[in-house]
Amino acid sequence: MEDLAIALSSAPQLRRRAPLLVGVVASGNCEVLVEARPDAGAGCQVAVHTSAMGFAPIWHAVLTDFAARRRAGGLCIEINDAGATPAIVSLRLDQAIEAWEDDHA
Amino acid sequence: MNAGAAVPGSMWDQRRRQRQRRLQRAAPYARGRAVAAADTVALLHALLEPGDRVCLEGNNQKQADFLAQALAALDPARVHDLHLVQSVVALPEHIALFERGIAAAIDFSFSGPQAGRLAALVKDGRIRINAIHTYLELFARYFVDLTPHVALIAAEAADAAGNLYTGPNTEDTPAIVEATAFRNGIVIAQVNECRDSLPRVDIPADWVDFIVVSPRPHAIEPLFTRDPALISEIQVLMAMLVIKGIYAPYGVRRLNHGIGFDTAAIELLLPTYAAALGLKGKICTHWALNPHPALIPAIEAGFVESVHCFGSELGMERYMAARPDIFFTAADGSMRSNRAFAQAAGLYACDLFIGSTLQIDLQGNSSTATKGRITGFGGAPNMGADARGRRHESAAWLMAGEQARRDADAMPRGRKLVVQMVETFREGMEPTFVERLDAWDLAGSMGLANPPVMIYGDDVSHIVTEEGIANLLACRDRAEREQAIRGIAGYTPVGLGRDRRAVEALRQRGVIRRPEDLGIARRQATRDLLAARSVKDLVHASGGLYDPPSRFRNW
Repeated sequence: MEDLAIALSSAPQLRRRAPLLVGVVASGNCEVLVEARPDAGAGCQVAVHTSAMGFAPIWHAVLTDFAARRRAGGLCIEINDAGATPAIVSLRLDQAIEAWEDDHA
Repeated sequence: MNAGAAVPGSMWDQRRRQRQRRLQRAAPYARGRAVAAADTVALLHALLEPGDRVCLEGNNQKQADFLAQALAALDPARVHDLHLVQSVVALPEHIALFERGIAAAIDFSFSGPQAGRLAALVKDGRIRINAIHTYLELFARYFVDLTPHVALIAAEAADAAGNLYTGPNTEDTPAIVEATAFRNGIVIAQVNECRDSLPRVDIPADWVDFIVVSPRPHAIEPLFTRDPALISEIQVLMAMLVIKGIYAPYGVRRLNHGIGFDTAAIELLLPTYAAALGLKGKICTHWALNPHPALIPAIEAGFVESVHCFGSELGMERYMAARPDIFFTAADGSMRSNRAFAQAAGLYACDLFIGSTLQIDLQGNSSTATKGRITGFGGAPNMGADARGRRHESAAWLMAGEQARRDADAMPRGRKLVVQMVETFREGMEPTFVERLDAWDLAGSMGLANPPVMIYGDDVSHIVTEEGIANLLACRDRAEREQAIRGIAGYTPVGLGRDRRAVEALRQRGVIRRPEDLGIARRQATRDLLAARSVKDLVHASGGLYDPPSRFRNW
């Protein structure tokens, strides 16, 4: 196991809502928990719990691209990966933000 | 003496004389063609000579496993230095032949399940691998310089006259027997049973020398069954890219799909996503393909006009018998496969091949040979190669050829579409894209002059990943080709090493196309698009005719 804490700058996410969970923890899948930052800070704080060691540079690259393409400022994101690939992680993060922004979800 | 007369029994029929000597030695162990299972080892001891070329039939589907066990039980003091010439190294007995010193050399095509042990044998110097072939290439050599002295084959049933019925898994048998029987070799068949009459004759009796009723049916592996429940959203996304970004614009109607979940996802998206795009009747009508259960929903939706098969697939028998307009079937409804003809069909009559691989380098060369594993390539190098001898035209072939033409003065010619469909990372975060293929190191340890490449980069037309499609036909030089590949290599070291400006320029020219460039939103890629989401759904789609093996039944 490896735990990474990564701070990202991202466009502000103005929507506020209760914490939201996307995905499941299963082999090759991953779980993403999104909530508003309790400290009301501007950036996006990501905590990654990964089963694979030594991939911190890839996590940084995946998350930096995510923060650039989505409004994640002011959010806290927790990721439990189960050996998920960057493709799955990116997809789950996009789904999490879409669900966060969806008024009907 | 009359100078023009040939001496009777001269030097010109040594093979026939050798065959007669073998048959005389074997006679005590047979009654006519019939050999008791318990006498099989004695029969082989009598027939075989050191150094013989032996074909032990087996493919990634059916296996002459009883005869393999008998061969592996021979006394290496009597029978040794055999040269195996066969499609696959799949059974533990195949490896045991080398460990016990019965066989010394091999020419083969594929070794999936035994890839690690094969590499260990090479390392220990217990095996000489002469060459790894594609199937059609190995069959071709049976008729030139690798004709078997003895062929050990598998069939479903024999009749009293000695005719053989292979059932739907005819596979390699006709090619092996044709080469062996007509060059004075010996053909030994294991059959599951003797019957009074056969549904059809696949191999005539006078091409077969000995028949053994095996104590148990020959093994068949359901290799091409993919449980739709295991198809991921990423695979759905890639399948959408292939359908909208390649099949639709080229109008690909005649094709072959490789094995795997990536291509199973395409098959399951035909009646849903492709149909919604108005592509029914315009793509994927004629196939050289094993009877993939994942194709059932597309067949039922009227997408498919014909399927010719390399081999069969367990559980598909009743379904195929009930769909004789689609499959090649005998009068009784039983499907007839033939690997040699299906490989020829894949080479000359298909406009597209799509398959997966383990490693791709910066010029698009791909290999499934990775460190410590000698896997071989099966049919992929044949299917995944432009057929330079092809002359007939089709819209897809002409369009691909035109895109590949660099010089307006060059003679126009069509070309095949060869697509590699891979996720940027494999399981365990192994990057698919690499600077240097492991095949380079393997070449050294195997004593090969060239690295064992599965599909050469200059044969590849497109690479598809979850990041998009790279059209290699449209790349003007090696540098563009490298950036096109880096541009879809995602977060692998190769992908992170891209020149961002060059990649953006390629995207502007349409050489790289992202999902959004094709109007595909990633959030659309859900499993709801799959026409079947479980094996049970496939059974339902077949109207109850598909009968999956028990390991795929979880209801």
